[in-house]
Amino acid sequence: MTNTKAVGQVKAAPKKRRKIASLDRKKARAGWIFVLPFVVGFVLIYLPIVLDSITLSFNWMSTVQGGGYELTFVGFDNYKAALFEDPNYVKTLVSGLKNLAFDIPAIIIFSLFMAILLNQKMAGRAAFRAIFFIPVILSTGLMEGIEAQNIIGDYMDSAEGIDDGSGTSAASEIVSAMDIEKLFANMKVGTELVEYVVGMINNIYDIVNRSGVQMLIFLTGLQSISPAIYESCSIDGATAWETFWKITLPMISPMILVNAVYTIIDSFTTDSNIVMGFISQAQSATHGRELSTAMAWMYFLIVILILAIVAGIMSAFVFYQKKD
Amino acid sequence: MNQPKVMKESKNKIRVDFERTPLKERLKAKFLSMFFLKKVVWYIFRLVLLVGISYIVLFPFFSKIAGSFMSPEDFVDVTVRLIPKHFTLNTYRAIIVENGFFEAFKNTLVLSLSAAILQTFSCCLVGYGLAKFKFKGNNLVFIAVLFTMVLPHQTLSFSFSVNFTYFWQGFFGLLHAIHLVPDKLATGLNLINTHWPMALLSATALAFKNGLYIFLFRQFFRGVPDELEESAYIDGSGVFRTYFQIILPLSVPTMITVFLFSFCWQWTDDFYTNLFYTVARMKLMPSIVSIPSSLMLGYAGQNLFDAAIKNTAGILIILPLVILYVFCQRYLVQGIERSGLTAD
Repeated sequence: MTNTKAVGQVKAAPKKRRKIASLDRKKARAGWIFVLPFVVGFVLIYLPIVLDSITLSFNWMSTVQGGGYELTFVGFDNYKAALFEDPNYVKTLVSGLKNLAFDIPAIIIFSLFMAILLNQKMAGRAAFRAIFFIPVILSTGLMEGIEAQNIIGDYMDSAEGIDDGSGTSAASEIVSAMDIEKLFANMKVGTELVEYVVGMINNIYDIVNRSGVQMLIFLTGLQSISPAIYESCSIDGATAWETFWKITLPMISPMILVNAVYTIIDSFTTDSNIVMGFISQAQSATHGRELSTAMAWMYFLIVILILAIVAGIMSAFVFYQKKD
Repeated sequence: MNQPKVMKESKNKIRVDFERTPLKERLKAKFLSMFFLKKVVWYIFRLVLLVGISYIVLFPFFSKIAGSFMSPEDFVDVTVRLIPKHFTLNTYRAIIVENGFFEAFKNTLVLSLSAAILQTFSCCLVGYGLAKFKFKGNNLVFIAVLFTMVLPHQTLSFSFSVNFTYFWQGFFGLLHAIHLVPDKLATGLNLINTHWPMALLSATALAFKNGLYIFLFRQFFRGVPDELEESAYIDGSGVFRTYFQIILPLSVPTMITVFLFSFCWQWTDDFYTNLFYTVARMKLMPSIVSIPSSLMLGYAGQNLFDAAIKNTAGILIILPLVILYVFCQRYLVQGIERSGLTAD
């Protein structure tokens, strides 16, 4: 980079007096041309839509005869209605956030673990990788919708009779809290941890489905760690456990940050998130569109806040290998 | 230890005799050590875990496939689990014929393919611009990209449909005020039920998850050494020629990855398709997921049967994607590998 700068300055030397843009300026102009499609779309299409949506959340809408609609400004009424009048919004929001506080570490730990497993040399590695990335491609959008109402999986899996999908049967739980509790009883860990582990195992399908992209990102990170480091470690007599904590984890920490951000965004904005579901249901009420828009904007602000906090805290612990 | 015996056989040949440890001892040392034991235990543990999770991933597909071949009687029969007793293809036939599968397939193929190609190229351009050029506002553009990534679509769903029903109302209203456009256009263009909204969003890298694609491309291009372009510039190649002749060929694996993502996610998308295509004339994949009238029997097992029908529709929808995946999955890992998401 410094090299090009020097060249640019030489070229722009005032000897010739011709108006030649310096290389830097030329490159800056070219850069704008490259991002132009996005900038044009963002300013001319996306921003008006966003502004419209924000305006809508401060207004009440009424349809006008012959098509079109009219807005009346109501200030923060929609926001107040969502926070104080709607009986379920705050409740849903809190439980949604609680679920995510539970899910996000689980997804990251699971995907890191699986990525390490899939990175080891073994027979059938390619096949396992292919299987594990299936959900990335196939479990989105429509399929997610179908899966949400799918009662047949439980039915086929359970050994008991038909319960006609009226509720998830206990048989579909892989382990019960009791078994794990016995396992942990002597280890002096709190019941919270036990419940967490039990929840994680029972949610494993959900977690596997949602950690595909994260696994890919971790795999990339693992493959970019130089094997020479591991070699010198094993020569110095480090065990696999020590190597993981002293080498793999620090080297992979930028990926952990990327994955945390991605997971937060992804799980906050999927259709299966209960808050998102609640918001799209709220549209059907009177002035529901305005109300749900207001709810969605509040939700967005919370997401941004959480994202900023998590990224801020994590980036303090991220280890960057020095460049150059 | 015993010294090996060295004997001279001829001028240039020697024979070395030494006592080997007996086979039994050697095997004992190899297989009864802690090291070997650990390896075996780890191997078994790993295999069990991987097979178990593969089962968790694949079982829903098995159960869907099994259910799709079952006839309605099988769903009231308690003895039937995964293997259908009355094998039938009626469910497939009804969905393909009554729900118009092939028409939806054709329309979705055109839509997804063009959207995915547009998105791949636009995101590649933007990612390259963000990664390799320092200009004022670079960071601002990147923040805008992140913004589009973080903002949930549902927040904007209503505004999306309004804005594309009355596209650029202000602009056309202004033109109308000075009598440049006919009255019809005074409220803007109505783009709903045309391909324009998807095309515009894709070409400007604003469609579903495009923020992620831009991010992937940006990280990939950051890993490409600057020297490559510098030498091209010195050889007299312009910025765009360098991009098309040097950078694009390099980024093919990443492009395939992004193409795969965007194609598959567009294929199963129901948010934008429900928003932008409201008439029944334009048959797309979401309309396939409904109960064909010939299969509405209204008996005890209908609940389960309905679920099986929807699952069958799901199988038909993802079948093309599975075929695509089989051929492209090695690029998926490769492309992300090379995106060099490392360092920063």
